Amino acid sequence: MNDGQKLDSGITVLIWLVSIALVVLPLSMLWDVVREGLPHLSFNFIVDQPLDAGRSGGVGSLLISTFWILGVCLLTTIPIGLGCALYLSEFVIPHSQSEKLLGFSLDVLAGVPSIVFGLFGYAVFAIQLGLGFSILSGGLSLACMVLPLFIRTAEQALRTCPKGYRQAAIALNISHAGFISRILLPSASGGIAVAMIISIGRALAETAVLIFTAGYVTRMPGSVMDSGRSLSVHIYDLSMNVPGGQSNAAATALILVMMIVLINVLARYLSRRWQHVE
Amino acid sequence: MKAFMNVLKRKQPMNSELTTAFQIETGSSTEAFAKKEQSLEDKSRQKPLSAPGLTLKKVNVRYGDTNAIEGACLDIPSGSITALVGPSGCGKSSLLASISRMTDLTPQCQVSGEIFLGKDNILAKGTDLNRLRRRVGMVFQSPNPFPMSIEENIRFPLRDHGMRDESVIRKTIKNVLGDVGLWDEVKDRLGQSALALSGGQQQRLCIARCLALDPEVLLFDEPCSALDPLSSAKVETLIKGLKSRYTVLLVTHNLAQARRIADHVAVCWVQAGCGCIIESGDTRSIFERPVHPITQAFCQGLQG
Ligand SMILES: Nc1ncnc2c1ncn2[C@@H]1O[C@H](COP(=O)(O)OP(=O)(O)OP(=O)(O)O)[C@@H](O)[C@H]1O
Ligand SMILES: [Mg+2]
Repeated sequence: MNDGQKLDSGITVLIWLVSIALVVLPLSMLWDVVREGLPHLSFNFIVDQPLDAGRSGGVGSLLISTFWILGVCLLTTIPIGLGCALYLSEFVIPHSQSEKLLGFSLDVLAGVPSIVFGLFGYAVFAIQLGLGFSILSGGLSLACMVLPLFIRTAEQALRTCPKGYRQAAIALNISHAGFISRILLPSASGGIAVAMIISIGRALAETAVLIFTAGYVTRMPGSVMDSGRSLSVHIYDLSMNVPGGQSNAAATALILVMMIVLINVLARYLSRRWQHVE
Repeated sequence: MKAFMNVLKRKQPMNSELTTAFQIETGSSTEAFAKKEQSLEDKSRQKPLSAPGLTLKKVNVRYGDTNAIEGACLDIPSGSITALVGPSGCGKSSLLASISRMTDLTPQCQVSGEIFLGKDNILAKGTDLNRLRRRVGMVFQSPNPFPMSIEENIRFPLRDHGMRDESVIRKTIKNVLGDVGLWDEVKDRLGQSALALSGGQQQRLCIARCLALDPEVLLFDEPCSALDPLSSAKVETLIKGLKSRYTVLLVTHNLAQARRIADHVAVCWVQAGCGCIIESGDTRSIFERPVHPITQAFCQGLQG
């Protein structure tokens, strides 16, 4: 074996080690969660209200709060985000000053720590706009946080549209609106679904933003103006502030993981269906 | 809108005639062939040709600092097929793209000179690009059907152009698919994805999609280069059948094909780093009595 071959095999071993670590680490975390949480998981745990600061009872009201917060977040993110992504991919002149500026600001925003969005949301939505600690302020602040990520990912998806489609559409004198709605969006639907999954994942995992804006009341929310505790905040609270809350924290985490997997599968299925219909 | 409907109405009898002509053509008897000739003749007698010709005067196409084509002068008579031949990179596609102003899409591309479509100089400022692209249809080198069903590929452009009458749309779909000889092949699976068609079928679908919008001029950029000999023969026959109704400009690398179907030929060449048209004329004289020495060599396959 000469030196080059030695180097090759060394690098091969290194790459294998890294790949194994990449698979083993999340699996071991998942295993931890399953081992601790699964015994506590039951139908009652999913539907019951939390009792005794979450040490007993279930997560029913928290699930509802989480869905509401996520709903508000997505209802704001998707139209605004898709609009921005379309603007960036269709209307901004490539390599122009404005494209650079917009891209730069989005990348900076995407890198801002979530706690900053929490404080921003608290100052603007909760105080300035008078929404208080509510699901509405929480969802809107979350939307601010995931928007840059969603826009960037959706923009990438839109840019993968084959050039031939655009060429054909222009040669056939198809209106820009017709091109966007019937060709561009459907052909990018898979990528847009991925952008949504990533955003939902970020939103479901977020705690810092929500503690400042949606609050941590465990009651069943009656409207979007009520405060509500999300699953992620619940996990944080149980494991940090409630002695003896470990196992219920794990069970809640397990629910969160299952939700994310389910959303992933669903989104993939839907986007495939969408492409088939077209 | 109304005018558009009228045009379609006017065209229907002709289209259906051509459909039968194509159906007959798939049979091989000489009798059927004679019948087809007959029907084509009838048609040209019925309707005087309305497609305008094209005149290119000193057209330059530049990409930044490089000249793709310089000083191109060419007459493209209406109701005939003009073939544009020449080696790779001599600016044939660029010239073609400038006729439907697709060159506008490339930011660094500049076109100067004059291109007359009928009486209108389409390079003039203030040219209505929508109107221009409605009059000039373009088919690209690689088939590019939309990712929709076969019939939706034709319905969608029609609806986008404001056509709402479903019965007229259905009729148009049937007629243009018949025109390109695709109707019998796909009539049972109009709802299936167009991307599942073969390359040759996709290309013919693209041509049908273009015909559905009723252009006056058809531009083909190497429409057969991605096709097998059989499909390419089909597309060739199809283009030949279109010339009585449209002005056709065809880019091809296949000299034999140009010789078979074109009435006029223009030869492009790269001279001093930029493309130009070195000779043009009717097919016979270009192939049999070429004047320019390069044309002589090129057309006899000695060079290029
Ligand atoms: N988008 C572009 N940007 C810069 N230069 C270009 C562009 N498109 C074409 N060119 C240049 O213009 C010249 C002519 O290109 P064109 O595509 O028109 O050639 P062509 O005759 O169609 O060749 P082929 O037969 O290979 O299709 C080439 O030298 C090419 O490098
Ligand atoms: Mg070309």
